[in-house]
Amino acid sequence: MIYFDNSATTKVLPEVLDTYNKVSERVWGNPSSLHNFGEQAFNLLEQSRKQIANLLHVHSDEIYFTSGGTEGDNWVIKGTAITKREFGKHIITTSVEHAAVHNSMEQLKQLGYEITYLPVDDEGRISVADLKQAIRPDTILVSIMAINNEIGTIEPIQEAGELLKNYPKIHFHIDAVQGLAKGIQEMIFNDRVDFVAFSGHKFHAPRGTGFIYGRRGRRIAPLMNGGGQEKNQRSGTENLPGIAAMAKAIRLVLEKEPAAIKREREIKQLISDHISKFEKVVIFSKNDDRFAPHILCFAIKGVRGETIVHAFEKYHIYISTTSACSSKSHAESGTLNAMKVPENIATSAVRISLGDQNTLDEAKQFVDVFDQLYEEFDKLS
Amino acid sequence: MHYTEIMVRYGELSTKGKNRKDFIKQLGRNVRAVLHQFPTVEVKPQRDRLHVTLNNEDDKQVITALQGVFGIENFYPSIQIDKDMATIKKVVLQMAREQYTSGATFKINTRRQDKNFEYDTNQINNILGDYVLSNVAGISVDVKHPDIAIRVEIRMNGAFISSEIIHGAGGLPVGTGGRATMMLSGGIDSPVATYLAMKRGVKIDMIHFYSPPYTGEQALNKAKQLTSVLAKYSGNIQFIQVPFTEVQETIKEKVPEGYLMTIQRRMMLRIAAQITQDRHCSGVFTGEALGQVASQTLESMLAINDVTTMPVLRPLVSMDKEDIIKISKDIKTFDLSILPFEDCCTIFTPPAPKTRPNLEKSRKFEAYIDVDGLMKRAIDNIKITDIKAGEEFLNQDQDVFAELL
Repeated sequence: MIYFDNSATTKVLPEVLDTYNKVSERVWGNPSSLHNFGEQAFNLLEQSRKQIANLLHVHSDEIYFTSGGTEGDNWVIKGTAITKREFGKHIITTSVEHAAVHNSMEQLKQLGYEITYLPVDDEGRISVADLKQAIRPDTILVSIMAINNEIGTIEPIQEAGELLKNYPKIHFHIDAVQGLAKGIQEMIFNDRVDFVAFSGHKFHAPRGTGFIYGRRGRRIAPLMNGGGQEKNQRSGTENLPGIAAMAKAIRLVLEKEPAAIKREREIKQLISDHISKFEKVVIFSKNDDRFAPHILCFAIKGVRGETIVHAFEKYHIYISTTSACSSKSHAESGTLNAMKVPENIATSAVRISLGDQNTLDEAKQFVDVFDQLYEEFDKLS
Repeated sequence: MHYTEIMVRYGELSTKGKNRKDFIKQLGRNVRAVLHQFPTVEVKPQRDRLHVTLNNEDDKQVITALQGVFGIENFYPSIQIDKDMATIKKVVLQMAREQYTSGATFKINTRRQDKNFEYDTNQINNILGDYVLSNVAGISVDVKHPDIAIRVEIRMNGAFISSEIIHGAGGLPVGTGGRATMMLSGGIDSPVATYLAMKRGVKIDMIHFYSPPYTGEQALNKAKQLTSVLAKYSGNIQFIQVPFTEVQETIKEKVPEGYLMTIQRRMMLRIAAQITQDRHCSGVFTGEALGQVASQTLESMLAINDVTTMPVLRPLVSMDKEDIIKISKDIKTFDLSILPFEDCCTIFTPPAPKTRPNLEKSRKFEAYIDVDGLMKRAIDNIKITDIKAGEEFLNQDQDVFAELL
């Protein structure tokens, strides 16, 4: 099997699963319990937090554990809306966000907030000039994704951070669900960012794990109220096996990061060089430093995305239509739409998303299968 | 730029006359102890200053470590280069460029020890000043209050260039002020008092009262963890844990409620004073500040202090809580101090302790209990641990967990 759908989810690494199991078997106390069995769990929780903070060069009290990327995005957006509602009800985001951000914004819209969706260029990138123009005195939040999940564009988050230094009261949130271990940590943790959301299962940790970074001194209202866990900001008994496993997964992926990025770039180059020769192929993702190393989105004109996915699946090669989260709803890609790609091409788009476990060999097998399939598609249309 | 040497200036010890030699020797020992993790660093204490040669060890880490050592007024990291004007010009310019911010002023400050060097002090100042002035756009000279002061020393063994002056911790080298004990509870105040005592050169032994099962293992570990943080400023600390359960239970049973606290404190101080004497220490430090709680009024101090002639030293006595908290944050004990574990001061507190206990009554009520027997049993069962800087007590599974993570 060739798994080229790492932006949908990744395989839990055996050593990470090992941690998950061991913690479930041995350190299953409740970190809030007073006895020393609970204390042991508390210590492991805090040690995990510290490890993640150290790896990302932030303070440990800036890490809050969540159930994943969707929760993180929902929390920062709605938490900001609640906390800062007296200062304004205007929020700026991009027109290419993941549904977790987009739909949170839509919900706020119904509650009377005003949302500005920034347009993107033909590479799916917003412009900081547009952002500057959109800022108003009542703007309370700017939310931008680090890496677009559909075509892999790296958004200008660092430049946005520079601009937002002139507007110190606005919360600046980055959805970095696709962004860990892709060589852009410095861009994400720029000196202006206030919040960042991450999801564990995108980097070989189990489902149901994730965390947000929240800069010291920046407050958002909690969405989960209850027993006061996570400094009363996110209640609910901590998913300790998942958290410890995630701390380990981050360490492992960051150790492999430089080598993985290099290989992903090579694979992406090989595949795009090959498929770009075909007349009906349109490639949306470039392979320069303004695009993530692991995402390659392309379309075969005249063939529906689902058809391409299922055709590859017969060869045990797994790719996806643009976003796994919305691919079942048959909607065309939101990002391609925002890039003003004509609808008939957008519905033909598919996404390859690589991970640190993919090899050049797999890329070669992929292009062989591609040649066969292309020929078949060509005959049909 | 990677520094090669750090020059350390002494603080008050330059005024200490005959004892000067001992002070410098002790400071040398303390600096070596703090830098023991950098095996190739050389420490040379001299009459007027102390030289730390880095030998390629990480300069940032050494600087951080030196900032915690008492007895250092300030220090300046420098770069040793060849005594050759072209090289000196290059490094000085690089330093000026690194520190230059728009509109900044500068000054070159030369010391020439090697009188055979081809230029004299003024010539060197002029040459280097001109060079920087003409190569950094926008910079200007200010010899009185420069933003950037570049110091050039021409010594026999090379030229030394420095520009940053880093403030040291001040105070006196730990160990030059004798030895005393500290009554460490685990709250915010006692670690700060310990720090201030150490700053005046006192070597501290910790005394901690614990009352299992009323206080948990965590409270004890918290006190040890605080000690390990404080050991960064003084080197290893002896941690003496005193079992206090029997004393507290007896007092609770026999003494009227209003005087529970006063008698407990009297017993604590008695025991602490005895341990202090046994260990040939010359005083007991406490974290008391006037008026903070019932036991810290002047009347209470009178009633408690009655049990010993040993000096009881209270560095925080007239400090405001906010100032104490500020120091505790600076010395990194605050976050530990506020961990919510019961300590022996917070259990058995009566709802209304006497803020003005009467000395005579205190003595009378204390006669209800077997003072000598209780003291003896407590002191016979003390346990002493040698605590190193940075040792981990609160999370003893740290290494096991590290493998999991």
